[in-house]
Amino acid sequence: MDLIANLGMGFDTAFTLTNLFYCLIGVFLGTAIGVLPGLGPTATIAMLLPVTFNLPPVASLIMLAGIYYGSQYGGSTTAILVNLPGEAASVVTSLDGYQMARNGQAGKALAAAAIGSFFAGTVSTVLIALFAPPLADIALKFGPAEYFSLMVLGLVVAVVLAHGSLLHAIGMVILGLLFGLIGTDVNSGVARFTFDTPQLADGVSFVVIAMGMFGLGEIISNIEHESTRSVMVKKIEGLMPTKEDLKRIAAPILRGTALGSALGILPGSGNILGAFAAYSLEKKISKHKDQFGKGAIEGVAAPESANNAGAQTSFIPMLTLGIPSNPVMALMIGAMILQGIQPGPSVITEQPQLFWGIIASMWIGNLFLIILNLPMIGLWVRMILVPYPLLFPAILAFCCIGVFSLNNSDFDVYLIAISGVLGYIFSKLKCEPAPLLLGFILGPLMEEYMRRALVLSRGDATVFITRPISATMLTLSAIALVVVLAPAVRKQRDIALQE
Amino acid sequence: MTMKARSSSDFWAGLIYMAFGVTALVAARDYGMGSATRMGPGYFPTMLAWLLTAIGAVSALRGMRGKGEHVGGFSLRGILFIAGPIVLFATLLQGAGLLIALPLLIITSAYASAHFNWLRTLLLAAGLTVFCSLIFIKGLGIPMPLLGSWFGN
Repeated sequence: MDLIANLGMGFDTAFTLTNLFYCLIGVFLGTAIGVLPGLGPTATIAMLLPVTFNLPPVASLIMLAGIYYGSQYGGSTTAILVNLPGEAASVVTSLDGYQMARNGQAGKALAAAAIGSFFAGTVSTVLIALFAPPLADIALKFGPAEYFSLMVLGLVVAVVLAHGSLLHAIGMVILGLLFGLIGTDVNSGVARFTFDTPQLADGVSFVVIAMGMFGLGEIISNIEHESTRSVMVKKIEGLMPTKEDLKRIAAPILRGTALGSALGILPGSGNILGAFAAYSLEKKISKHKDQFGKGAIEGVAAPESANNAGAQTSFIPMLTLGIPSNPVMALMIGAMILQGIQPGPSVITEQPQLFWGIIASMWIGNLFLIILNLPMIGLWVRMILVPYPLLFPAILAFCCIGVFSLNNSDFDVYLIAISGVLGYIFSKLKCEPAPLLLGFILGPLMEEYMRRALVLSRGDATVFITRPISATMLTLSAIALVVVLAPAVRKQRDIALQE
Repeated sequence: MTMKARSSSDFWAGLIYMAFGVTALVAARDYGMGSATRMGPGYFPTMLAWLLTAIGAVSALRGMRGKGEHVGGFSLRGILFIAGPIVLFATLLQGAGLLIALPLLIITSAYASAHFNWLRTLLLAAGLTVFCSLIFIKGLGIPMPLLGSWFGN
């Protein structure tokens, strides 16, 4: 069977010493930043992008992927042990996980989270292998009109699922699209929005935008809300779950994996949504309803499975269509472009080793994570104690050097300062930076596809609604917007997206 | 301007969108619109800029009616002590070199924290400077001068 042959090739690629090494580095770093509050995967990946420039493409993408799903693991560890969710998606885990830890069942909670995550990781790896190739086959038949509409759909769904105000999310997407156009237009050679600055002729590097908006913006906000963290951690015992525990968490893990995988594909905050949905589902159908909020093991296993599954299936649109579903995927696309790989459906056929290697590495990475997390738990707990006043100057130092090394120019360093301040102002105004980054990545592509579609149709703009696939996607976008604007749904959305 | 508008996130965000939108419109005037068949370099940006300006206007109007979330105060300290050191680093890197620019970046930015501590910060600056010089200059070969042009290098 093709699938097995392909996965075999993937494991051959992933099992080379170099790739295993970078996979391990990735999940190790991922766990570390997941544990540390105030430093997310987006900021970390943005900071490490300049470094990956010097690595082979497969190794660099394996490492970056590892950081992402590794951070999901690390985030849950601190959520359970000290009630500090390192990641947005682990907020749900802290509800029951921390209560379990207070009842002296920290070991059990950690084990349930790890088993759930590992199972979800395995299943979603298979899901990617199953569904990505046929999806890419369909996408290969897309013309420019379909691509343009697909991007509209991707952006609309991202906007609909974004936190906070819909209006601001749309505004941020468009602002991102405009920022993406800075630089020399490939078709006419006209320098756009460069304001006679030669350093802007090649456009603004998306590393600058990501690092500034996510990394620095976050640091400025953190300094504002600085508090001393004093953490009391008891000795963790009883990592091995009993047979009865396993029975209790089996079904929740299955349901969490299914929900998480499905929601993870959606653009926006897919894996966060998955974790919340999984938790509320378990709460609704559980036989031990009264235990929820007081330390129900199902309340840890289900959302943990869901968020890990979602983190992995969010790779599907990125790998098959070249459409990022969240900022991390936008950065992965950026990393591919840095490596000279054109993201899109042709990646599977033209770079099969890269594609299957990444998928196989995810499974290996999940295995590493179990080993890293359970026996080495003490090390990670101690990391929470690293004082923030030591951490953030170090982050700044790496950011500055990293961004300088992109073009060996200090101009980019000035730019991250500007984009950091802008990011902070936007976060103050409750405008999420994530839609901006998606728009930034998609801006030049959307213009190009629109241009090509209109050339093919001889300037007839109805091409976007007369071609059936394109029309379907635009209709779906319109429905999504209308539905979300309806007052009843709007209220529901606010509740669902509330953290 | 009413009090309502001044504390509304929608109002200020709307102004920012409009500022960017109008700037883009003005800048894109010279880019050549072309026609739908042959989109000129100004076509797509102008379209986006109009959209952004419109969204900004809607948002600002909502803000004037008191909609949107309450905006708290800005932390000038945070902005100054994070953006400032980065600008300082960028200015000093080529001239003075990494050995001067990096410790200054670390010390000045650490000052942003309410829990600033001289000894700890100096140790961190020394450690990180040695680490970064070894890894990035010796190891990865990034062309940053250890001591810059002001020292005759």
